[in-house]
Amino acid sequence: MTNVQQTAAGPQTVLEARGIRKSFGGLEVLKGVDVTLARGEVVGLIGPSGSGKSTLIRCLNMMEKPTGGSVIFRGHKIGKSFRDRDGTTGIGTLRRHVGMVFQHFNLFPHKTVLQNVTEGPIVVCNTPRAEAEERAMALLAEVGLAEKRNAYPSHLSGGQKQRVAIARALAMQPEVLLLDEVTSALDPELVGEVLNVIRRLADDGMTMAIVTHEMAFAADVADRILFLDEGRIVVEGKPDETIRNPTNERLASFVSRFNH
Amino acid sequence: MYRWDFSVIWQYWDLFMYGLWLTVVYTFGSIVLGVLIGLLVCAARLSGWMIFSLIARTYQEIFRCTPLLVQLLWFYYAFPLLVGISIDNRVAAMLTLSLYVGAFYAEIFRGGILSIDRGQREAAAAIGMSNWQAMRRIVMPQAFKRMLPAFINQSVIQFKNTSLVSVISVADLAYMAAVVNGQTYRPLESYTVMAALYIAVLFPLTQIADWIERRLRVSD
Repeated sequence: MTNVQQTAAGPQTVLEARGIRKSFGGLEVLKGVDVTLARGEVVGLIGPSGSGKSTLIRCLNMMEKPTGGSVIFRGHKIGKSFRDRDGTTGIGTLRRHVGMVFQHFNLFPHKTVLQNVTEGPIVVCNTPRAEAEERAMALLAEVGLAEKRNAYPSHLSGGQKQRVAIARALAMQPEVLLLDEVTSALDPELVGEVLNVIRRLADDGMTMAIVTHEMAFAADVADRILFLDEGRIVVEGKPDETIRNPTNERLASFVSRFNH
Repeated sequence: MYRWDFSVIWQYWDLFMYGLWLTVVYTFGSIVLGVLIGLLVCAARLSGWMIFSLIARTYQEIFRCTPLLVQLLWFYYAFPLLVGISIDNRVAAMLTLSLYVGAFYAEIFRGGILSIDRGQREAAAAIGMSNWQAMRRIVMPQAFKRMLPAFINQSVIQFKNTSLVSVISVADLAYMAAVVNGQTYRPLESYTVMAALYIAVLFPLTQIADWIERRLRVSD
């Protein structure tokens, strides 16, 4: 993907979703959603459960295949096949550049912490092992887990697992990071350590889309908030105009539930 | 009081050993072929192609829902009439044993793969792995550990199942014991030696299987 074309969405747009629709059986979860992510931007996706926010973020790296609309990465429409084909960019290429972190970590239990982090670069990018390990160690140091490099995931706390999962995603040197409720499965006292890592990434200019129920964190770290309800984006704006001072009735009622 | 006399049996020791040898050959031969069939059938069932899945499923149900004895008789006596060529009894035995165990192996493989959390495949996909890479590097190694106890168990059963090939005159251990009995009129000795030989081979194998299973549990 050396030949970068930019679209009308603006010179800074890295990842874009246009008119995304997604149905599971007869249930339409997303009813035509547009999202753009500018380089260095952090977008917070909030909304009640069932609003489609997780499905939306999973469409952004084609983990869910949209039933309508398109995903556009650096101006290239993503095709249906895994490989690049006939001028369209494949899903594999998209995922190499757009990382994802999951609610339930999904670390590889049969691999050590270090192997979890080097797996992508070695297998997918053919990075020499020594180089991959060196980079992995730097990332593990960044998330405060260098000394756990030889541990297996089953010996880590939830917060540690999630930090390894973030390091694993970063090892691919992604241009965009998608975070899907990454603190929802954590004990309350472990949430902070994970949020701190994400905050640091935001400060370093990482482009991110974050699905979260941590309203204060979203307001703090996001440049822009999208409020989804029933498969549509209902409100879009800066944290000050949305979470902190909601004017939309549904958003106000949603946000008020977190202020107790 | 019955007077045991194994002395007459020793004259036929070569027959027992030859029978045991054939039993081992049929067991391992059918395990190897059965694994290949099982992998193929498992892949067909997980392929997402309706037609492959249906064919594989039909094969599995036929072989899992009929006794092995019936299958042996059918393949040796009935199948040749159907296709118009006679089949050597050893070929029929190996073919039937392999098809039989393959149906069970396929289910063990499929169960092992499906038992791996979907999140594992998603995590692999999220770092850009292809389906095949995710399968080979992430799903298979974990599934292998889970399917091993069931696989070993099925293979032990397979060893014992080979005794049925004697009904189509394949000279395995059970067949040879019958031969020795016919020669000596000593059923108690003949069949006791046969049973002892089965135990002699299988007992160590089941112990090793238990040991492997314990080891795997510890490393989880």
